[in-house]
Amino acid sequence: MIGLGAGTLAAAMLSGLAVDDPFRIHMGILSLVLGLATIVAMRLPQPAHVELDTEYMDGPVRIGTILTVFWGIIGFTVGVLVATQLAYPQVNFEPWLNFGRLRPLHTSAVVFAFGGTALMTTSFYVVQRTSRARLFGGDLAWFVFWGYQLFILLAATGYLLGITQSREYAEPEWYVDIWLTVVWVAYLVVFLGTLLKRKEPHIYVANWFYLAFIVTVAMLHVVNNLAMPVSPFGSRSYSLFSGVQDALTQWWYGHNAVGFFLTAGFLGMMYYYLPKQAERPVYSYRLSIIHFWALIFLYIWAGPHHLHYTALPDWAQTLGMVFSVVLWMPSWGGMINGLLTLRGAWDKMRTDPIIRMMVIAVAFYGMSTFEGPVMSIKSVNGLSHYTDWTIGHVHSGALGWVGMISFGAVYFMVPRLWGRERLYSLRMVNWHFWLATLGIVIYAAVMWVAGIMQGLMWREYDSQGFLVYSFAETVAAMHPYYIMRVAGGLLYLAGALIMAFNIAMTIAGKVRLEKAMPVSLKLQPAQ
Amino acid sequence: MSGNDKTGPSGKDVDQASGVETTGHEWDGIKELNNPLPRWWLWTFYGCIVWAIGYTVLFPAWPLVSSATSGVLGYSSRTDLANTMAAVQEANSGVVSRIVQAPVAEILADPELARFATAAGASAYKVNCSQCHGTGAAGGPGYPNLNDDAWIWGGSIDEIYTTIAHGVRSPTDPDTRYNIMPNFGADQLLDAPSIKQVAAYVAGLSGLDATGGGPEGAQLFADNCAACHGEAGVGMPEIGGPDLTDKIWLYEGSLESITAQIERPRHGMMPAWSEKLDDATIKELAVYVHGLGGGL
Repeated sequence: MIGLGAGTLAAAMLSGLAVDDPFRIHMGILSLVLGLATIVAMRLPQPAHVELDTEYMDGPVRIGTILTVFWGIIGFTVGVLVATQLAYPQVNFEPWLNFGRLRPLHTSAVVFAFGGTALMTTSFYVVQRTSRARLFGGDLAWFVFWGYQLFILLAATGYLLGITQSREYAEPEWYVDIWLTVVWVAYLVVFLGTLLKRKEPHIYVANWFYLAFIVTVAMLHVVNNLAMPVSPFGSRSYSLFSGVQDALTQWWYGHNAVGFFLTAGFLGMMYYYLPKQAERPVYSYRLSIIHFWALIFLYIWAGPHHLHYTALPDWAQTLGMVFSVVLWMPSWGGMINGLLTLRGAWDKMRTDPIIRMMVIAVAFYGMSTFEGPVMSIKSVNGLSHYTDWTIGHVHSGALGWVGMISFGAVYFMVPRLWGRERLYSLRMVNWHFWLATLGIVIYAAVMWVAGIMQGLMWREYDSQGFLVYSFAETVAAMHPYYIMRVAGGLLYLAGALIMAFNIAMTIAGKVRLEKAMPVSLKLQPAQ
Repeated sequence: MSGNDKTGPSGKDVDQASGVETTGHEWDGIKELNNPLPRWWLWTFYGCIVWAIGYTVLFPAWPLVSSATSGVLGYSSRTDLANTMAAVQEANSGVVSRIVQAPVAEILADPELARFATAAGASAYKVNCSQCHGTGAAGGPGYPNLNDDAWIWGGSIDEIYTTIAHGVRSPTDPDTRYNIMPNFGADQLLDAPSIKQVAAYVAGLSGLDATGGGPEGAQLFADNCAACHGEAGVGMPEIGGPDLTDKIWLYEGSLESITAQIERPRHGMMPAWSEKLDDATIKELAVYVHGLGGGL
């Protein structure tokens, strides 16, 4: 509480000392938020009973579950808005709501706000249960949780104010980066501390993946954001890197944000929630070990495939490509282990929409981790690079894998966290499943067609070696696909809104009277 | 969890549904089966590794102290690009060298050169010109339509060539096409009623306004406008005075926009392309644009 109050004053002072307007406004926002938090913290009622060390610390998990849903809806809504802006440029509202500022808001809201909160929340849930230990460090977990939310808030408001260091997926400026580093180190302490005081002899596979995610993201974040601020009271900085080294550092970071944030972290999620929901043992312990280490070792080298046919030396391009291709099977190890875990429980696909959600997540994971290595091959990349095929690829991963596995985890946790017998409505989960799946399929298919068309038009030469299309003609050709993409995004958003309602009603303790899902045929156990 | 009532050969639990032994660990009810790695998975993984090693032998790959292995095939993306470009240049070199030497009017007269120049010009147009004049060269408000036969600075092949090479009102090219229409309203050269009358006269030239501004309008036009737009208002391409009788308007064709243009004229600007493109490309562009709507 004292810290919050001091932070409020410090932010107000920084706002006064600011050398540029965006920094002044940003520090003003920070001061306001911390001030409000101080007041809320002071007025918070004393808890009815002091939690014992033998109980799980589920406070941050409960709030995190709600915020996961909240950030998801924000991220998807901004996504629909930026997709609309691409189809209809009139929808740009200068200066705060133009595409240039909303695009990082969309990507960060989905990856870091929705995905990051989901990872933090589920990692707290999973590590306690698979270690049979309360979170380490007392209220440190609360600091990590609210500290991360503050990071999200500063990043998001910064984008709208036009504060950016122009590094994709690492847009927040130096002072926000320093704050995230502090929070992240605390996160590592909480997670590792909990693992160290575990009452199980071994560390469960989900926790390996979560740990790899936490450790590697710390390293990526610190290195890629090394920068010299122009002023300690200003919102601008210069990167320590320049030229092709800068590009390579950025894509080493960018690709491993995909690898360790969106792949390793969410594999951790999959390894707990899928076997729990299916009530089946994990298919193969050996496969989980081998694919874990292969994935960790190989992923970190794959970044240069984002810089094919650029100033990056040929040898680095080659290595980026071959490591990406070799990464195919280690990535698929997670898919195989997930899908084969359902052996003996496939009938649940018919009756349990949550399982269905997790299975489609793993299926999309498999598809995008196959598509990725294919796109990293130089001759394919020569066609796909800079086109909307890449955007389609990212979204089949983000909407299909990251989104669906997170939704599955949320549906799994909510009745348990609030002590409800079941969700408000399973049929709504089913609706969510179909809306989301249809949305992704439309989105990905449209972007394949549009992206490949775009790439072919760009490289179309006549027999004498002259360009056939102008850039503006390729943009005009994309227009119908951009509109279809908005439709796909709207379906996905509609599904998420249904989820929000369903979760809210479940937390409120309501149960919808509805016909049960179709009853399964009797499972025949293998003898 | 299903099936923990049996044990396997090593004393670990056996999963009933699959008959496979578990590893004996359990976390929050989750067990792990002791299944081997799927063979197809393992062999595909090995296959990828073997392929990767082979590929890195063939292509530049492994960094050493001061350089990297260059690969058995000796591939280099820079050389590859240079070779491809050279091959295209080689194939077109005969025609291009004739284009470099011939005056632009001669290129137009030679069917073979004209055909090549039109194709090359169309390509250069897409990259350099379509941003303002539109992909179909139909222009837009402030940007001339190149398909019609109205040419502010003349539509002959030589005049089009000069316009492209030196631009219009280019601040960096001393030979640029340059003229300026006076600020009749803002500089108080004409009072508001006079501007109204002369605007009506101009609008009447192309039938936009029925009154035609009366005799005062005609007199005002003769005194103030005819020097550049001609006595009959048909324009003077040699000094870039637009034709006012042809119903083709650079800005909007309405009495209001004509009035606005007399009060405080807007002026377009076109870059001097000789600063950016080589002479052969400018000739090719001239041939292409002349083919769209040029004359004489």
